[in-house]
Order: sequence, then structure tokens, then C-alpha cells
Amino acid sequence: MSDIDNVVELRHISKSFPGVKALDDVSVNVRAGSVHALMGENGAGKSTLMKCLFGIYEPDEGEIVLNGKRITLSGTKQAMDSGISMIHQELHPIPFRSVMENIWLGRYPTRNFGIVKLINTKKMYRDTKKLFDDLKLAIDPKVWVKELSVSKIQAMEIARAVSYNSKVIIMDEPTSSLTENEVDHLFGIIRKLRAEGIAIIYISHKMEEILEIADEVTIMRDGKVVGTYPSTELTTDLIIKRMVGRDLTNRFPPRENVPGEVVFKVEGFTSATPHSFKDVSFELRKGEILGLGGLVGAQRTELVESIFGLRLIKEGKIWINGEEVSIHNPIQAKSHKIALLTEERRTTGIFPVLSVLDNTLIANIGSYIGRFFLLNTKRGVGDVKKSIEALSVKTPSAATLIQNLSGGNQQKVIVARWLLTDPEILILDEPTRGIDVGAKYEIYSIIADLAKRGKSVIMISSEMPELLGMSDRIMVMCEGRATGILDGKTATQEQIMELATKFMS
Amino acid sequence: MKSVAIGEQKSLGRSIKDFASKYTILLVLLGMVLVIGIVRSHFLSPDNLVNILRISSVRAIIALGVGGILIARGTDLSAGRTVGLAAVISASLAQRSDYASKLFPNLPQLALCWPFLAALAAGLLVGLLNGSIVAFLNVPPFIATLGTMVIVYGAESLYVDRPPMGAQPLGGLRDDFTNIGTGDFLGIPIIILIAIVVAFIIYVILNKTRLGKNIYAYGGNPDAAVVSGVCVWKNLLLVYSIGGLCYGLAGALLASRTGGATNNYGMSYELDAIAAAVIGGVSVWGGVGKVSGMITGVLIFEVMNNGLVVLGVSAYWQQIVKGIIIVAAVAFDIQKYVKKR
Repeated sequence: MSDIDNVVELRHISKSFPGVKALDDVSVNVRAGSVHALMGENGAGKSTLMKCLFGIYEPDEGEIVLNGKRITLSGTKQAMDSGISMIHQELHPIPFRSVMENIWLGRYPTRNFGIVKLINTKKMYRDTKKLFDDLKLAIDPKVWVKELSVSKIQAMEIARAVSYNSKVIIMDEPTSSLTENEVDHLFGIIRKLRAEGIAIIYISHKMEEILEIADEVTIMRDGKVVGTYPSTELTTDLIIKRMVGRDLTNRFPPRENVPGEVVFKVEGFTSATPHSFKDVSFELRKGEILGLGGLVGAQRTELVESIFGLRLIKEGKIWINGEEVSIHNPIQAKSHKIALLTEERRTTGIFPVLSVLDNTLIANIGSYIGRFFLLNTKRGVGDVKKSIEALSVKTPSAATLIQNLSGGNQQKVIVARWLLTDPEILILDEPTRGIDVGAKYEIYSIIADLAKRGKSVIMISSEMPELLGMSDRIMVMCEGRATGILDGKTATQEQIMELATKFMS
Repeated sequence: MKSVAIGEQKSLGRSIKDFASKYTILLVLLGMVLVIGIVRSHFLSPDNLVNILRISSVRAIIALGVGGILIARGTDLSAGRTVGLAAVISASLAQRSDYASKLFPNLPQLALCWPFLAALAAGLLVGLLNGSIVAFLNVPPFIATLGTMVIVYGAESLYVDRPPMGAQPLGGLRDDFTNIGTGDFLGIPIIILIAIVVAFIIYVILNKTRLGKNIYAYGGNPDAAVVSGVCVWKNLLLVYSIGGLCYGLAGALLASRTGGATNNYGMSYELDAIAAAVIGGVSVWGGVGKVSGMITGVLIFEVMNNGLVVLGVSAYWQQIVKGIIIVAAVAFDIQKYVKKR
């Protein structure tokens, strides 16, 4: 009963891990020449399902049918040879090697001289050039990958998938670090591949994108398929409803904060690095949420990390409560009651091998020193338990290693860490990135509550609905310069976009 | 909460399995003692066991010093040579006044604390040097301590050099000095008591102080530690200094236990210490490690050393077996962290 149009049929797939059934009788059909979106909250089973299809996991039950033939995959190499490729959310190219070497890694073209095989660099260059020309990619095959932007690296990975003659390309959150322009370019490539009969399985949390690019959408929840729908029949609200299994009347909590007097002022901030931010000034009021909008590459992260003392500035002044302060490192920033939740939770946020307890206390550990330099462990444990409860962190215990928690709960632990330092100014860099819909709402509620209690918040976000839904005012940056400040209540996506692209040709 | 419910349903078989995986290295140690004891019963004689513990004491103090540094994502190749430096310095200050070939012929009889304080000072100096090179010059710990290892060997050789005879072994140590390494206090060897005290101090530092928490954090994720406002240079300087103090003490105890010192003392002890710590579950990627594990690792190492001799394995084969056991133990242990398919 195999449908001839289906390039991939996943039939009754089940997969369990100790203590959890990750996939429960999942069936999905993907048509050739279509973009098939896979949606669901984190933990719904999307990644596990794709890892089964890509040969990283072996399903406990069920079968995978490719082009009408049943296959078993015992590794990614076999999956790629069978015509299945995956572009991972986090790309891991080899930075100090050339683009073409990355593409042909593991299967370099060779010239054979008896038993001696030498790499055929000329053929490798020609093949890469042709591959890129077909996809209309302007990348020099000979440059080091470290010179490329994220979007170019991603395009390179897609080209690599194409070079395997893939019939199915899985893309896991491909736009999470792309600018709007780059997303458009990616969509151009996807449409081209689709026209050539390649099926794209597209995992994303971004509704607007899915509705734009996908032909069909399969929604998953708790390891099961809720249903597969043509994207024309879906709306953002419908998708959310089916993903969470409940009505989400509001994506954002009500806000009751009342911005007061100016507590924090930045003037003429200019980075020590060329081509970064330049002459940025803004004010922040007590109890205010200031959104920081712009495209990726607008230097927003660089700006806030410089304010926090992580990066060098050439010039610029900071006033806190009318007093000028100098901040050269995070220790000084902390002493001025500033907190920073960084963008990259995994690389600069969590301590994966440490417990929730230690992860929560680390920024404030100095305040627990009692007699003889010894820590007052009891008070620390008490405070952590209170934080876990207040932020409703879902963890078996405070001793659990943070790496075993979901992304949303890890994020809450880092928020708890900074709240223990009793900050007045919280800088949140993409606080809901890579977090599922339900947990996002909880993070929004925490932010709204903090503002209500008189804390001042700077929130970087690349999601416009989030900026509009959460900010009192929105400062927009473009290419390192502040291009305008909008009122959160009246601003529109178009206005933000206009300011975010002001200096772009 | 889901995972709690799973915990409650744990079957007996699973509990045993959990227990075994948690205490793997301890079980390995007991297994080794039992097997060797069954094959050669005199291995289990009190004299032999106490002897193993005496030797382990010096080794454990070194491993505890290196262990903290490993947790902080560092390593210390200079540990062994620093032990040697401390050994010759303390020995030179503890030679009998009537001993014919004293290094310092005119040195009067010093109070017993001076050889030890001098050894600690030497260790601290090397530790500060290592810490400074790593923290301020950002040289990778492997290279930084490789350099100091060579420097320290040169320095200690110069210290005992008496041209034209060259570097001389130091002997004729005072009885009150050697008593520390060989004598008993209330029936327990003093050197073992000292090792226990050091283990306790390191345990407290790692678990009950800000320094300890910062070391685990820095080792677990250096970038996140910086963002969290951990003062990196201060912590690195301290952890390498504590390591240096451990080597200094170990060096003095080694001279005291053996009744002498040469400039070759402590050679390649750092490799044994690192291997023992890693066998004891200290992660070479930083952020993970416990004092109990380091001690167990050292005991496994010394039981193995002693056992191979007792079993009559030739010295050359001992090396081969040792190497295999190091790799096998870590390969076995690391399976816990390797992602399951």
C-alpha cells in the first residue's frame, strides 16, 4: 500500500529510552518534491524521530520505507549513502579547513597510483564549483570555513547534502541564527531543491516561516503524531493549539509594570572592535522592559556584553542612578547590580556537569561565606529550593545535573542564578531561544513579574511578536548603530523592520 | 514529577546495578586486594598492607594536588620534579650535624619545622609560577607545566651540584626528621595521619569553600564562569599554588620516609598521580572529580604496584601491565559518559 509519491514512509515507529517513551507508534509520510514541516514542543519527539530516519538511533519498533523499499539504517554514513541527509541545528564544520575539504570530507576524490592514493585537489575544486553554481551560491571553495558567516556555512552544508544525491534533506531549526535576508536566501534554495523533486523535512518553532515555506505540516505531541495537515489549512493559533493540546489564548502574559525614573543610562558606546557597534546611547527606566530589536549581525549581543564588561570598548559612559560608573569585567558589573543572561545557553550559560544547586549559586557564591571561609551550605540549599519553587523549575532534585534538564528549565535555572545576585538591571539576550512554547510563556511571566517588582529589563529578541508583546519601548539596531526607539504599544513589525534594515543596501 | 516516580519503582536488580556503577572503582580495588590475597596470602599481612598505605600516603598527597588542578581544566607535569626539589631542599636542611658530607657543612641544627617549611615554600613557589603562566600568559597548562618541569629539574640539580663531583645524593638525615616518615603516633604511622589530614583539607576546600565551587565551575565551563563573575586568575593561581604546597609536603615526606634524597626523586610521579586521579573518576575535561575517587585511584595504583611484585611479575612486565590497566580502567569507566545509541 505504498504510495508512489511518498519518498519516505515512517511506519509505526516506537523508540524508548530508560524511563521515557520518546516515540509511540509514529507514522509519517513525506512526498517527493515537497517541504514537510515537523512541529511540536521540545520533547515532543521531533528530533528523536529524525535521528531514527538519519540512522543515529535504531527504532525499537516500526519500519522506514525509502522509495518503496524497506530499509534499516545502522549509521549516518549509510543514511547519507541511501539519500538521506541532515542539516543540524548547530553546525559543526571544521573551521581551519577549506570549504571544499569540508564538503568532500570522508570521500575525497583521489588519483590512484597503484596502492598509493593521492587527493585530487583539482577535481575537488571543479566539483565544488559546479555544485555551488547549480545552487547559485557565491562561496569560494578554497577559503577556510572559519571565514564564512553562519548562513554561508549552512548553505555549504546544504550543498554537501545535495552532493550526496540526497532525496530527503532534514533541516533542524535552520533559521535559528539567520537574518531575514539570509532566511529569504535559504528559502530560495529550498524552493529550488523542491522543484528538483527533493523532499525537505523542516523542523522549526517559527510559525510564520512554516506557513510560508511548508506544503504539509505534521504536528507531534508527547511522542505521538497529532496529525498531518496541508499548510494552507493551518494558522498560527491552530498550530499552537494542536502542539500544546490546549488553547493558548494569549502568547504573552499581561503586564502590570509601571516604568519610573531613569536608573540606567548608556552614552556614546563604541566598540573597540572595528565594524561592531558605534555611538550607541539609550536610557532605561525603573521597572521598564526595553526591547532590543534588529537582525542577527546588528551587534546587539556585542553591545550588551560590552556593557557587562565582557568585551572592550573604545569609548562610552554608563550612569547608574545618576552616577557615572566604570565596568571593565563581569565582577564589576555584578557589583553594580547588573545581570546578564547570555544568548548561548550551552556555551556561556550552564555548567553541564554540575548540579542545579551549584549552577544556581555560582554567581552569588560569595554571599554564602560564613566562618573560616567555609560556605553556609544550608542557607544555599534553602535559597535554591525557594528559587526552584518560585520559577517552577522542573527537576527531580537540586542535586540533579543541569545537563539532564530541558532547555526551558535550564534557562529558568540561569534566571534563578542571576536573581539570587539581587540585580536591579537584567539584560536578557534572546531569553526564549530554543525553548518550547509552554516554557516560553513561563519565561515571559517571570520577566513581566520582575518588571512589576521594579527591576529594569533589557531584552534582546529576534522574534518580532516577542518584542512587540513584551516591551515598553523597543530600541532597534542596524549594523552596530541604534536606528530608533519605538513605543512598544504602538509599534508595528513593519516599523521595526524598516529601522532594522536602515543602513542596508 | 516523572523522574521521581521512576526512581521509586526501582527494582532490587536495578539498585544493585546502580550501586555497582556508582562504586565501580571501589569494587575494583577490593577485587584486586582479594584476588592478589588469595593467590599470595602474605600480600594481606598487616606489615605489607601498612607498607602499601605508607607509600600511598605520599602518592595520595601528590594526586590530591594534581586532582584539583585537573578539575580546573588544567594539568601539572611539574608535580614530580617539584616533589624532587622539595625532597632535596628538606633533606639538605635536615642532615645530622656530625654527618661527614653535609651539603651545607656549617649549617647548625635547625628546628624540625624548617625543612618542612622550606619544602612547602619551594612547592608554593613552583605552584605560583605555574598558575601565573597559565592565568596571565594564557599558556596551555600542558605546555606551561612542561616548561616548569624542566626548569625545576635544572634548579634542583644545581642545588645539589658540587663540582667537580656533580649532583650528589643527600644522606645522613636526622632521626627526628626521618621519624615523621617512618614512625608511629598512637600505633598509626604518622605519614598516614598526615595524608588523611591533607585529604580532609582538600575535601573541605573543594566542597565547602568559594574557591572549590569556582574551580568546579571554571572546569565545567570556563566561559560561563567568566560571565558569572568568577575571578579566573585568582582561582587558577590558588589551585596551582595548593597543588604546589601538596608537592612540597610530599617531597619532604618522601625524603623523611626514605631517609635521603637525590635530584631524581619524584621523577614521573606526576604521570602516576594524573593516572591515579583519572582512574579515580576525575575528568580530564575538567569540572568533575572527588577526593574519595582520587584516594581510591592512588590505592588501586599502589596495590597494583605492590601486587605485581608480590606475584613475582618481572619489572619490565610490570610496566606493560600498569599501562594496560590505566587505559582499561579509564576506558571502562568512561562508558558511563559515552552517549548510548
